[in-house]
Amino acid sequence: MSHPIVSVKVYASVFGALLALTITTVAVSRLELGEFNFVAAMTIAVIKATLVVVFFMDVRHATSMTKLFVGAGLFWTAILLVFVLSDYLSRGLLPGPGWL
Amino acid sequence: MADSDTTLAVHEPGLRHHFDDSAQQLDSSTLGMWVFLVTEVMFFGGMFGAYTVYRSMYPEAFASTSHFMNVTIGAINTGVLIFSSFTMVMAVRSAQLGRKKAIIAFLVLTLVLGCVFLSLKYVEYHEKWVDHHIPGPGFQYQDPRYVHQAQILFFLYFAMTGMHAIHMIVGAGLLTTLIAMAARNRFSSAWYTPVEMIGLYWHFVDIVWIFLFPLLYLIGHTQ
Repeated sequence: MSHPIVSVKVYASVFGALLALTITTVAVSRLELGEFNFVAAMTIAVIKATLVVVFFMDVRHATSMTKLFVGAGLFWTAILLVFVLSDYLSRGLLPGPGWL
Repeated sequence: MADSDTTLAVHEPGLRHHFDDSAQQLDSSTLGMWVFLVTEVMFFGGMFGAYTVYRSMYPEAFASTSHFMNVTIGAINTGVLIFSSFTMVMAVRSAQLGRKKAIIAFLVLTLVLGCVFLSLKYVEYHEKWVDHHIPGPGFQYQDPRYVHQAQILFFLYFAMTGMHAIHMIVGAGLLTTLIAMAARNRFSSAWYTPVEMIGLYWHFVDIVWIFLFPLLYLIGHTQ
Protein backbone atom coordinates (compact mmCIF):
# COMPACT_ATOMS: atom_id res chain seq x y z
CA MET A 1 0.00 0.00 0.00
CA SER A 2 1.11 3.55 -0.62
CA HIS A 3 0.13 4.66 2.87
CA PRO A 4 2.64 3.70 5.54
CA ILE A 5 1.24 2.72 8.93
CA VAL A 6 1.77 5.59 11.33
CA SER A 7 2.56 4.80 14.98
CA VAL A 8 -0.05 5.42 17.68
CA LYS A 9 2.48 7.69 19.38
CA VAL A 10 2.33 10.19 16.48
CA TYR A 11 -1.47 10.26 16.49
CA ALA A 12 -1.59 10.56 20.29
CA SER A 13 0.93 13.45 20.21
CA VAL A 14 -1.15 15.30 17.60
CA PHE A 15 -4.27 14.68 19.69
CA GLY A 16 -2.49 16.06 22.77
CA ALA A 17 -1.25 19.11 20.84
CA LEU A 18 -4.78 19.83 19.56
CA LEU A 19 -6.22 19.65 23.09
CA ALA A 20 -3.44 21.91 24.43
CA LEU A 21 -4.09 24.44 21.64
CA THR A 22 -7.84 24.39 22.43
CA ILE A 23 -7.10 25.23 26.06
CA THR A 24 -4.63 27.92 24.92
CA THR A 25 -7.17 29.58 22.61
CA VAL A 26 -9.78 29.75 25.42
CA ALA A 27 -7.16 31.13 27.84
CA VAL A 28 -5.90 33.74 25.35
CA SER A 29 -9.48 34.87 24.63
CA ARG A 30 -9.80 35.89 28.30
CA LEU A 31 -6.84 38.27 28.07
CA GLU A 32 -7.36 41.87 27.02
CA LEU A 33 -5.28 42.12 23.85
CA GLY A 34 -7.46 44.31 21.62
CA GLU A 35 -7.21 43.43 17.94
CA PHE A 36 -4.56 40.85 18.76
CA ASN A 37 -7.27 38.61 20.30
CA PHE A 38 -8.63 37.97 16.83
CA VAL A 39 -5.16 37.42 15.34
CA ALA A 40 -4.21 34.99 18.14
CA ALA A 41 -7.49 33.03 17.85
CA MET A 42 -7.13 32.68 14.07
CA THR A 43 -3.42 31.77 14.27
CA ILE A 44 -4.18 28.97 16.75
CA ALA A 45 -7.11 27.79 14.58
CA VAL A 46 -4.86 27.67 11.48
CA ILE A 47 -2.20 25.70 13.40
CA LYS A 48 -4.84 23.23 14.62
CA ALA A 49 -6.32 22.83 11.13
CA THR A 50 -2.84 22.29 9.68
CA LEU A 51 -2.13 19.55 12.25
CA VAL A 52 -5.39 17.79 11.34
CA VAL A 53 -4.76 18.08 7.57
CA VAL A 54 -1.10 17.01 7.68
CA PHE A 55 -1.29 14.19 10.25
CA PHE A 56 -4.90 12.99 10.62
CA MET A 57 -5.83 13.44 6.94
CA ASP A 58 -2.34 12.19 6.11
CA VAL A 59 -1.62 14.72 3.37
CA ARG A 60 2.09 14.31 4.10
CA HIS A 61 1.91 10.81 2.59
CA ALA A 62 -0.49 11.76 -0.20
CA THR A 63 0.46 11.87 -3.89
CA SER A 64 1.73 15.12 -5.41
CA MET A 65 -1.53 15.36 -7.35
CA THR A 66 -3.58 15.28 -4.13
CA LYS A 67 -1.28 17.88 -2.53
CA LEU A 68 -1.73 20.09 -5.61
CA PHE A 69 -5.53 19.84 -5.30
CA VAL A 70 -5.43 20.63 -1.56
CA GLY A 71 -3.20 23.65 -2.25
CA ALA A 72 -5.44 24.80 -5.11
CA GLY A 73 -8.48 24.54 -2.83
CA LEU A 74 -6.81 26.74 -0.22
CA PHE A 75 -5.67 29.19 -2.87
CA TRP A 76 -9.16 29.56 -4.31
CA THR A 77 -10.64 29.97 -0.82
CA ALA A 78 -8.07 32.74 -0.29
CA ILE A 79 -9.22 34.40 -3.55
CA LEU A 80 -12.83 34.18 -2.34
CA LEU A 81 -12.09 35.78 1.03
CA VAL A 82 -9.47 38.33 -0.08
CA PHE A 83 -11.57 39.69 -2.95
CA VAL A 84 -14.77 39.88 -0.88
CA LEU A 85 -13.00 41.56 2.05
CA SER A 86 -10.89 43.92 -0.08
CA ASP A 87 -14.20 45.33 -1.29
CA TYR A 88 -16.12 45.55 2.00
CA LEU A 89 -13.24 46.48 4.30
CA SER A 90 -11.98 49.26 2.01
CA ARG A 91 -15.35 50.99 1.60
CA GLY A 92 -15.25 54.56 2.82
CA LEU A 93 -11.45 54.65 3.03
CA LEU A 94 -11.28 57.11 0.12
CA PRO A 95 -13.63 60.05 -0.43
CA GLY A 96 -15.92 59.08 -3.27
CA PRO A 97 -18.31 61.13 -5.35
CA GLY A 98 -21.48 62.03 -3.52
CA TRP A 99 -23.77 59.92 -5.69
CA LEU A 100 -22.01 56.67 -4.64
CA MET B 1 -2.81 -17.00 -24.35
CA ALA B 2 -4.00 -19.18 -21.54
CA ASP B 3 -1.33 -17.66 -19.28
CA SER B 4 -2.48 -14.08 -19.80
CA ASP B 5 -6.10 -15.10 -19.15
CA THR B 6 -5.21 -16.53 -15.79
CA THR B 7 -3.15 -13.47 -14.78
CA LEU B 8 -6.05 -11.19 -15.73
CA ALA B 9 -8.45 -13.15 -13.59
CA VAL B 10 -6.32 -12.74 -10.47
CA HIS B 11 -7.14 -9.56 -8.56
CA GLU B 12 -6.21 -8.38 -5.15
CA PRO B 13 -9.33 -8.26 -2.95
CA GLY B 14 -11.40 -5.15 -3.65
CA LEU B 15 -9.35 -4.12 -6.71
CA ARG B 16 -11.36 -2.98 -9.73
CA HIS B 17 -9.92 -4.20 -13.00
CA HIS B 18 -9.38 -0.72 -14.51
CA PHE B 19 -6.71 0.11 -11.90
CA ASP B 20 -3.12 -1.11 -12.08
CA ASP B 21 -2.98 -2.02 -8.41
CA SER B 22 -4.59 -1.30 -5.03
CA ALA B 23 -2.23 1.59 -4.31
CA GLN B 24 -3.27 3.39 -7.50
CA GLN B 25 -6.93 2.71 -6.74
CA LEU B 26 -6.59 4.15 -3.23
CA ASP B 27 -4.72 7.23 -4.57
CA SER B 28 -7.52 7.83 -7.09
CA SER B 29 -10.17 7.56 -4.38
CA THR B 30 -8.19 9.92 -2.15
CA LEU B 31 -7.89 12.50 -4.92
CA GLY B 32 -11.61 12.26 -5.69
CA MET B 33 -12.49 12.68 -2.00
CA TRP B 34 -10.27 15.75 -1.76
CA VAL B 35 -11.98 17.30 -4.80
CA PHE B 36 -15.27 16.89 -2.95
CA LEU B 37 -13.79 18.30 0.26
CA VAL B 38 -12.48 21.35 -1.65
CA THR B 39 -16.05 22.07 -2.80
CA GLU B 40 -17.07 21.81 0.85
CA VAL B 41 -14.31 24.25 1.84
CA MET B 42 -15.67 26.74 -0.73
CA PHE B 43 -19.21 26.18 0.57
CA PHE B 44 -18.26 26.96 4.16
CA GLY B 45 -15.80 29.64 2.94
CA GLY B 46 -18.73 31.69 1.62
CA MET B 47 -20.37 31.64 5.04
CA PHE B 48 -17.10 32.53 6.78
CA GLY B 49 -16.77 35.44 4.32
CA ALA B 50 -20.29 36.65 5.16
CA TYR B 51 -19.48 36.40 8.87
CA THR B 52 -16.28 38.45 8.46
CA VAL B 53 -18.04 41.16 6.44
CA TYR B 54 -20.84 41.61 9.01
CA ARG B 55 -18.41 41.41 11.90
CA SER B 56 -16.36 44.23 10.39
CA MET B 57 -19.56 46.28 9.93
CA TYR B 58 -20.91 45.78 13.47
CA PRO B 59 -17.94 44.90 15.72
CA GLU B 60 -19.55 46.11 19.00
CA ALA B 61 -22.81 44.27 18.38
CA PHE B 62 -20.98 41.05 17.48
CA ALA B 63 -18.71 41.32 20.52
CA SER B 64 -21.76 41.84 22.79
CA THR B 65 -23.25 38.48 21.69
CA SER B 66 -20.30 36.54 23.07
CA HIS B 67 -21.81 36.97 26.57
CA PHE B 68 -24.68 34.73 25.48
CA MET B 69 -22.50 32.00 23.99
CA ASN B 70 -21.88 28.98 26.18
CA VAL B 71 -18.07 28.85 26.05
CA THR B 72 -17.93 25.83 28.37
CA ILE B 73 -20.09 23.68 26.09
CA GLY B 74 -18.27 25.05 23.03
CA ALA B 75 -14.87 24.14 24.47
CA ILE B 76 -16.04 20.69 25.61
CA ASN B 77 -17.49 20.08 22.15
CA THR B 78 -14.17 21.10 20.58
CA GLY B 79 -12.43 18.50 22.76
CA VAL B 80 -15.08 15.88 21.91
CA LEU B 81 -14.61 16.46 18.16
CA ILE B 82 -10.82 16.35 18.40
CA PHE B 83 -11.09 13.10 20.38
CA SER B 84 -13.44 11.70 17.70
CA SER B 85 -10.89 12.61 15.01
CA PHE B 86 -8.28 10.69 17.01
CA THR B 87 -10.52 7.61 17.28
CA MET B 88 -11.22 7.94 13.53
CA VAL B 89 -7.51 7.78 12.60
CA MET B 90 -7.17 4.84 14.98
CA ALA B 91 -10.02 3.11 13.08
CA VAL B 92 -8.19 3.71 9.79
CA ARG B 93 -4.95 2.42 11.34
CA SER B 94 -6.75 -0.71 12.61
CA ALA B 95 -8.06 -1.24 9.07
CA GLN B 96 -4.54 -0.94 7.65
CA LEU B 97 -3.42 -3.62 10.11
CA GLY B 98 -6.49 -5.77 9.38
CA ARG B 99 -7.68 -5.74 13.01
CA LYS B 100 -11.40 -6.19 12.45
CA LYS B 101 -12.60 -5.97 16.05
CA ALA B 102 -10.53 -2.82 16.63
CA ILE B 103 -12.03 -1.18 13.49
CA ILE B 104 -15.55 -1.69 14.86
CA ALA B 105 -14.57 -0.57 18.37
CA PHE B 106 -12.98 2.68 17.16
CA LEU B 107 -15.80 3.42 14.69
CA VAL B 108 -18.41 2.91 17.43
CA LEU B 109 -16.41 5.21 19.73
CA THR B 110 -16.25 7.84 16.96
CA LEU B 111 -20.00 7.55 16.41
CA VAL B 112 -20.71 7.87 20.16
CA LEU B 113 -18.52 11.00 20.37
CA GLY B 114 -20.33 12.46 17.35
CA CYS B 115 -23.64 11.87 19.14
CA VAL B 116 -22.25 13.50 22.32
CA PHE B 117 -21.36 16.57 20.23
CA LEU B 118 -24.85 16.73 18.71
CA SER B 119 -26.49 16.29 22.13
CA LEU B 120 -24.50 19.19 23.58
CA LYS B 121 -25.40 21.22 20.48
CA TYR B 122 -29.05 20.48 21.23
CA VAL B 123 -28.59 21.80 24.80
CA GLU B 124 -27.08 25.00 23.38
CA TYR B 125 -29.86 25.47 20.80
CA HIS B 126 -32.40 24.95 23.57
CA GLU B 127 -30.72 27.72 25.62
CA LYS B 128 -30.98 30.04 22.62
CA TRP B 129 -34.65 29.15 22.24
CA VAL B 130 -35.38 29.89 25.92
CA ASP B 131 -33.46 33.20 25.69
CA HIS B 132 -35.42 34.26 22.54
CA HIS B 133 -32.18 34.38 20.55
CA ILE B 134 -33.66 32.62 17.53
CA PRO B 135 -33.76 35.18 14.65
CA GLY B 136 -37.29 36.07 13.61
CA PRO B 137 -40.38 37.83 15.00
CA GLY B 138 -39.79 36.45 18.52
CA PHE B 139 -36.20 37.69 18.72
CA GLN B 140 -35.33 39.63 21.87
CA TYR B 141 -32.00 41.14 22.85
CA GLN B 142 -30.90 42.51 26.19
CA ASP B 143 -29.03 45.49 24.71
CA PRO B 144 -31.59 47.63 22.83
CA ARG B 145 -28.86 49.30 20.71
CA TYR B 146 -27.98 46.03 19.02
CA VAL B 147 -31.35 44.27 18.50
CA HIS B 148 -31.08 44.21 14.70
CA GLN B 149 -27.33 43.76 14.41
CA ALA B 150 -27.16 40.98 17.01
CA GLN B 151 -29.91 39.21 15.09
CA ILE B 152 -27.56 39.05 12.08
CA LEU B 153 -24.93 37.34 14.26
CA PHE B 154 -27.45 34.83 15.59
CA PHE B 155 -28.64 34.15 12.04
CA LEU B 156 -25.03 33.44 11.02
CA TYR B 157 -24.57 31.38 14.19
CA PHE B 158 -27.51 29.12 13.35
CA ALA B 159 -26.65 28.94 9.64
CA MET B 160 -23.02 27.98 10.27
CA THR B 161 -23.41 25.67 13.29
CA GLY B 162 -26.58 24.27 11.69
CA MET B 163 -24.79 23.38 8.44
CA HIS B 164 -21.98 21.94 10.54
CA ALA B 165 -24.46 19.87 12.57
CA ILE B 166 -26.09 18.58 9.36
CA HIS B 167 -22.63 17.46 8.23
CA MET B 168 -22.20 15.71 11.59
CA ILE B 169 -25.54 13.90 11.15
CA VAL B 170 -24.50 12.80 7.64
CA GLY B 171 -21.17 11.68 9.12
CA ALA B 172 -22.99 9.67 11.80
CA GLY B 173 -24.98 7.92 9.05
CA LEU B 174 -21.77 7.18 7.13
CA LEU B 175 -20.13 5.80 10.30
CA THR B 176 -23.14 3.54 10.90
CA THR B 177 -22.74 2.21 7.35
CA LEU B 178 -19.02 1.61 7.97
CA ILE B 179 -19.75 -0.27 11.21
CA ALA B 180 -22.26 -2.48 9.36
CA MET B 181 -19.70 -3.14 6.59
CA ALA B 182 -16.96 -3.89 9.13
CA ALA B 183 -19.29 -6.27 10.99
CA ARG B 184 -19.79 -8.15 7.69
CA ASN B 185 -16.01 -8.47 7.28
CA ARG B 186 -15.96 -6.31 4.18
CA PHE B 187 -12.63 -4.68 5.05
CA SER B 188 -9.14 -6.14 5.01
CA SER B 189 -5.64 -4.71 5.11
CA ALA B 190 -5.74 -4.91 1.29
CA TRP B 191 -9.00 -2.95 0.92
CA TYR B 192 -10.38 -0.44 3.43
CA THR B 193 -10.98 2.56 1.13
CA PRO B 194 -14.40 3.57 2.60
CA VAL B 195 -12.92 3.77 6.13
CA GLU B 196 -10.18 6.09 4.90
CA MET B 197 -12.50 8.27 2.76
CA ILE B 198 -15.13 8.74 5.47
CA GLY B 199 -12.23 9.43 7.83
CA LEU B 200 -11.20 12.35 5.57
CA TYR B 201 -14.78 13.66 5.64
CA TRP B 202 -14.94 13.37 9.43
CA HIS B 203 -11.67 15.30 9.87
CA PHE B 204 -12.92 18.00 7.49
CA VAL B 205 -16.03 18.48 9.65
CA ASP B 206 -13.69 18.73 12.66
CA ILE B 207 -11.68 21.47 10.91
CA VAL B 208 -14.83 23.51 10.23
CA TRP B 209 -15.58 23.41 13.97
CA ILE B 210 -11.96 24.39 14.79
CA PHE B 211 -12.67 27.70 12.99
CA LEU B 212 -16.28 28.11 14.16
CA PHE B 213 -15.42 27.79 17.85
CA PRO B 214 -13.09 30.83 18.19
CA LEU B 215 -15.09 32.96 15.73
CA LEU B 216 -18.52 32.45 17.31
CA TYR B 217 -17.67 31.81 20.97
CA LEU B 218 -14.44 33.59 21.82
CA ILE B 219 -14.39 36.83 19.81
CA GLY B 220 -15.05 39.87 21.97
CA HIS B 221 -14.93 37.74 25.09
CA THR B 222 -13.05 40.38 27.07
CA GLN B 223 -15.46 43.24 26.31
